[in-house]
Amino acid sequence: MASHSTNEFRSGLKVLLDGDPCVILENEFVKPGKGQAFNRVKLRNLMSNRVWERTFKSGDSLESADVVEQEMEYLYTDGEFWHFMLTDGSFEQYPADAKAVSDVLKWLKEQDVYTVTLYNGAPLTVSAPNFVELEVVDTDPGMKGDTAQGGSKPATLTTGAVVSVPLFINIGDVLKVDTRSGEYVNRVKT
Amino acid sequence: MDSGTVGSWQPSASLEALEMRARQSAFVRDFFASRQVLEVETPVIGRFGVTDVNLDAIPARVSSGSGWPDPNAWLQTSPEYHMKRLLAAGCGPIFQIARAFRDGERGRRHNPEFSLLEWYRTGFDDQQLMDEVAELVCGWLGAPTPRRLDYRDACRRYAGLDPFTISDADLAHHCQRWLGEDLAHQLSRDDCLDVIMSHEIEPALKSEPPTFIQHYPASQAALARTSVWDGVTIAHRFELYVEGVELCNGYWELADAPEQRRRFEADNRLRVAAGKPVRDIDSRLLAALDAGLPDCAGVALGLDRLLMLKLGTRDIADVLPFPIERA
Repeated sequence: MASHSTNEFRSGLKVLLDGDPCVILENEFVKPGKGQAFNRVKLRNLMSNRVWERTFKSGDSLESADVVEQEMEYLYTDGEFWHFMLTDGSFEQYPADAKAVSDVLKWLKEQDVYTVTLYNGAPLTVSAPNFVELEVVDTDPGMKGDTAQGGSKPATLTTGAVVSVPLFINIGDVLKVDTRSGEYVNRVKT
Repeated sequence: MDSGTVGSWQPSASLEALEMRARQSAFVRDFFASRQVLEVETPVIGRFGVTDVNLDAIPARVSSGSGWPDPNAWLQTSPEYHMKRLLAAGCGPIFQIARAFRDGERGRRHNPEFSLLEWYRTGFDDQQLMDEVAELVCGWLGAPTPRRLDYRDACRRYAGLDPFTISDADLAHHCQRWLGEDLAHQLSRDDCLDVIMSHEIEPALKSEPPTFIQHYPASQAALARTSVWDGVTIAHRFELYVEGVELCNGYWELADAPEQRRRFEADNRLRVAAGKPVRDIDSRLLAALDAGLPDCAGVALGLDRLLMLKLGTRDIADVLPFPIERA
């Protein structure tokens, strides 16, 4: 397995720390003039998604982690696994477990494309595109004429996600939603 | 500013920064001219490197046709040894704006090639030299006069431990939060103290007035003389921190040749333990100390960092026309 020395640490580099795959976020070289040189590194643990801070002796190495990101189309779930397929024409499929899809579950729509992070060839996490378009399956009746301002109400989307929407939205409308904030952006189709 | 595109021909520093650098050099020269301190120039290429375990010199090769007996040479990590030979020759107080080279050092405050202002004051001790450092630095930056804080008190105040009495195990345990358990217990005592300096004390000093840290543990004396105070041996060594930036390192200079040789040999033992190559001891420096180094204090100050503070930037690339990636 390849390894990376502290002087190769760059933001985005994937390494193994304490057995977990991590992505390097920041790397700062510190050294008292007459003292030992260290690298203060911020990493995101890709298993727990937590940010770690760890200091290494300059020149020390970490093993690289076999982590790649791939664009995949969501196909279906059998209740235990959520199945994705590479969009490169190979039709290769990958089953993701509940942990891998936990963050994306409320935005998951069949035939949409997601970014799947593979660790040692298996899906580790699935992340949603910044915007998704989903249909409203339940909300209070829309108020005609009120298209500009004033008030909001909850609406349930096909995936089960509940977002706060303007009063004029009706069941059957298709909405554009920002997955980062979970906020309604606009109405795509009535 | 784009700080690191490989292949870029353009400087990373602004024209304003280059102008300020020229003004800074003029200020330094005026400062010493008015005090009758002689400007000198000493070699960048030397026969000897340094034994210091934490400094890696960059090797140079010089052909024998140059009158040099051995092709191996070193770019100097500081002009200290050559300047001390001048002092032993009776030159009196001297200063130099020098290029220094340290391999593997690159970060927001480091570049492998950098500018050092180094000066020596005959008849001064560390306390008197701190006064002069304060006049130079505060005169240029317009900063308030630095306070003086013992290394021991800095560790007590900012890290809550006594660096002279804490056990190795407790010290390692304290450093585990940054290093993890394995590395913390594998590092030496001084390495752990360096972690505390760079991870706890330096960041705390960011929001404090300029501060001299003085009276380092004897194990970090380097080329400073030592005294026994309150039952512990301290080194007459100081560093100045401005906005948490380590700006200079000074000593009341050790003039004892046998003691200096012992320290160089101890350095080489540390090098062996660290798996680093042993370095030849600078016999010419030791001969000069034998001949007699006048009582003096000396200090090396990072001019690139001084300029960073003057311009209020946190990245050394903003004050170097061409940092190593662009050189």
